[in-house]
Amino acid sequence: MKALKYIIPLAIFALLCVFLAIGLTKDPRKVPSPFIDKPAPAFVLAKLHEPEAKFSPADMKGKVWLLNVWASWCVSCRVEHPVLNDMSRRGLVPIVGLNYKDARADATKWLGQHGDPYVFSVWDFDGKVGIDYGVYGAPETFVIDKQGVIRYKHIGPISPEDVQKTFVPLLARLNA
Amino acid sequence: MRRLLATLLAAASLCAWGQSAEIANADPKVEARLKSIAHELRCLVCQNQTIADSDAPLAVDLRRQTRAMISEGKSDEEIRAYMVERYGDFVLYKPPFNAVTAVLWVAPGILVVGGLLGLVFMLRRRREAAKAPAPPLDEKRRREIEALLDSDNDKP
Repeated sequence: MKALKYIIPLAIFALLCVFLAIGLTKDPRKVPSPFIDKPAPAFVLAKLHEPEAKFSPADMKGKVWLLNVWASWCVSCRVEHPVLNDMSRRGLVPIVGLNYKDARADATKWLGQHGDPYVFSVWDFDGKVGIDYGVYGAPETFVIDKQGVIRYKHIGPISPEDVQKTFVPLLARLNA
Repeated sequence: MRRLLATLLAAASLCAWGQSAEIANADPKVEARLKSIAHELRCLVCQNQTIADSDAPLAVDLRRQTRAMISEGKSDEEIRAYMVERYGDFVLYKPPFNAVTAVLWVAPGILVVGGLLGLVFMLRRRREAAKAPAPPLDEKRRREIEALLDSDNDKP
């Protein structure tokens, strides 16, 4: 009974430490997306390189694909870009770029400099589609399945490790 | 000093002007409602600011979107739902009560009630301890105490 007097505060303190330790491992910038397992919001946007050609997510029905939000002004996109180039070279998955709040000339020039891993990019000049997808910090990547349902959202640059540990198994499962 | 104050005031008014001049011919009614809604919405880029306070491009876009929805005659509830649909409950500064946020809402109450119960329990035990008669001293202990008291009396 007497020992309890010391054990209880110690236990509460330990519990608090556990909660705080868990809190430290979490990135507050990674907000869970409400879109997981929901149909990808519909939109119609002009393609970046062919302003007359339109694209809508429905065009990708039957395919597993990535929607990658990028911009020429986005510094982290530059970090992520070689990884996307590599994914595209390996033919892992078709990647559609959502060029977010960018000038068309800047965007095309940027792709010319850094390589173009996208099957094509669409041009969201005023960020309206970005809002519909809950984008708050490029780069962001959505994995969309054959039925057009968002199955995963990656916030921030994709690292080569993310590709191996998260994307490859997920894509294999969705393509199965 | 006065000049500094004047400069600061000018700068402050410039800031206020910066936001209200976001659109030309702002409708004061729309702006007032925008303000009340925007103060409850978190800007996800700079997470400790509301979209009313933030100058992040996303906050500007969301203010524009909110303005458009107010002009379309959408209710505050509809606008909040629109934001939650896209950014999750985290966008609300006053999160709703649901399975995920239950701990957030309930924990402070549990802590207060638990603390009060602990306090009551402790005070009651202390009172009972005070009521109980002191245990009798054994002979040896009594002599020790008396010796101490006596030695104290000897001092000038």
